[in-house]
Amino acid sequence: MNINATIIGQIIAFAVFVAFCMKYVWPPIMQALEERKKKIADGLAAAERGRHEQELAEKRAQQVIHEAKEQASEIVAQAQKRGNEIVDESKANARVEGERILNSAKAEIDQEANRARDELKSQVGGIALAGAGKILGREIDEKAHTDLLDELVSRI
Amino acid sequence: MASEITTSEYIKHHLQNLTFGQKHVETDPGVWAPTGEWGLAMSSEEAAKMGFWSINVDTMFMSILLGALMMWFFRSVAKKASAGIPTGTQNFAEMIIDFIDDTVRGSFSGGKNNLVAPLALTIFVWVFLMNLMDLIPVDLIPMAVAQSAGALFGVDPHHVYFKIVPTTDPNATLGMAIFVFLLMLYYSFKIKGTGGFIGELTLQPFGKWAMPINTVLETVTLIAKPFSLGLRLFGNMYAGEMVFILIATMYGAGLVLGSFAGLLQVGWAIFHILIITLQAFIFMVLTTVYLDMAHQEHH
Repeated sequence: MNINATIIGQIIAFAVFVAFCMKYVWPPIMQALEERKKKIADGLAAAERGRHEQELAEKRAQQVIHEAKEQASEIVAQAQKRGNEIVDESKANARVEGERILNSAKAEIDQEANRARDELKSQVGGIALAGAGKILGREIDEKAHTDLLDELVSRI
Repeated sequence: MASEITTSEYIKHHLQNLTFGQKHVETDPGVWAPTGEWGLAMSSEEAAKMGFWSINVDTMFMSILLGALMMWFFRSVAKKASAGIPTGTQNFAEMIIDFIDDTVRGSFSGGKNNLVAPLALTIFVWVFLMNLMDLIPVDLIPMAVAQSAGALFGVDPHHVYFKIVPTTDPNATLGMAIFVFLLMLYYSFKIKGTGGFIGELTLQPFGKWAMPINTVLETVTLIAKPFSLGLRLFGNMYAGEMVFILIATMYGAGLVLGSFAGLLQVGWAIFHILIITLQAFIFMVLTTVYLDMAHQEHH
């Protein structure tokens, strides 16, 4: 219980321990703690950012889906329109073609009819000539009555 | 031992440090003369006669042992400290360090200072460990030391003293307090400048016309800080140790009192866990506050 040189020894020992703690103990542990704090804060910030990005992505996805739907309906509408057009066009074409076929058929018929008529005329002329010849006998000279005959044929 | 010596001798024996210094012998009753040799004091009277230039070997040994233990523990943690998930000892050390850091941040506002927090950590853990020795049964280690010293060096075990609680030695607590005081002075001069510090000591609290009174008051205040710091810890630990010793004396007083003493010792030890932690904490906080005051420009 006497105050003696121990007090000096204690001051020195204390100073040495404090210096050691200050140099070799406190800084590394505090640094580790700070680093961990920073890590955790970064992690939280990253999570927050991730969530935000996810929200944005969802929004964008919705938008893309919406656009796609719009495009699809537009394409369908166009296709329908085009289909109608094609149908109309083919109808018109068919009608034109039909008319054409009809006309050509009519023309052919007319032609045939004319030809038949001509043939008939010539045959009728021949028959009439033959008939007249038989009736008149030899008197009718073919050469002399050609004009007459032609007139007759043209009249039939 | 208790059966061979009286209770008062037993108590005295336990309150005597193992002192190394210049040997003295009692030539006549009450008259002591130095022998010129150096060695361990064989009685408390001789220890007292050794004067200032003697060393309490037990105090120094225990405090340095505990301090080294503490530094070894924290250094081993610091070496492998990582920002990853802490495990085991690192968790434990970080818990203490976080606690110290919070406390220092709470009571120290002197800006960035690399000393105060490690100082607070050293004080808290070291003082706590030294106080913790109080919970070891009072006779255990002193007896072991005395018997082994008797066996190894042939000295009378009854004259080998050993106090295992360094904080029950005023040298230890006042030594720490003086170191804190030196730091206070250092920072006072550094932060406030010589003029500012002297001004603080002389111009308060009554203004410049009462300078002598101010000086006396402020100097007393200043000196009282380390003294109260050191003596508070010493007084608490000394009293606690004393109670343990008194309880221990009851063990020799029969079965009934002996078992009662057992109960008392357990009870006091449990209560003492609070005291040793509290005293370590108070020493730490007051040190921080004193250093904070040394950093304040104005009061």
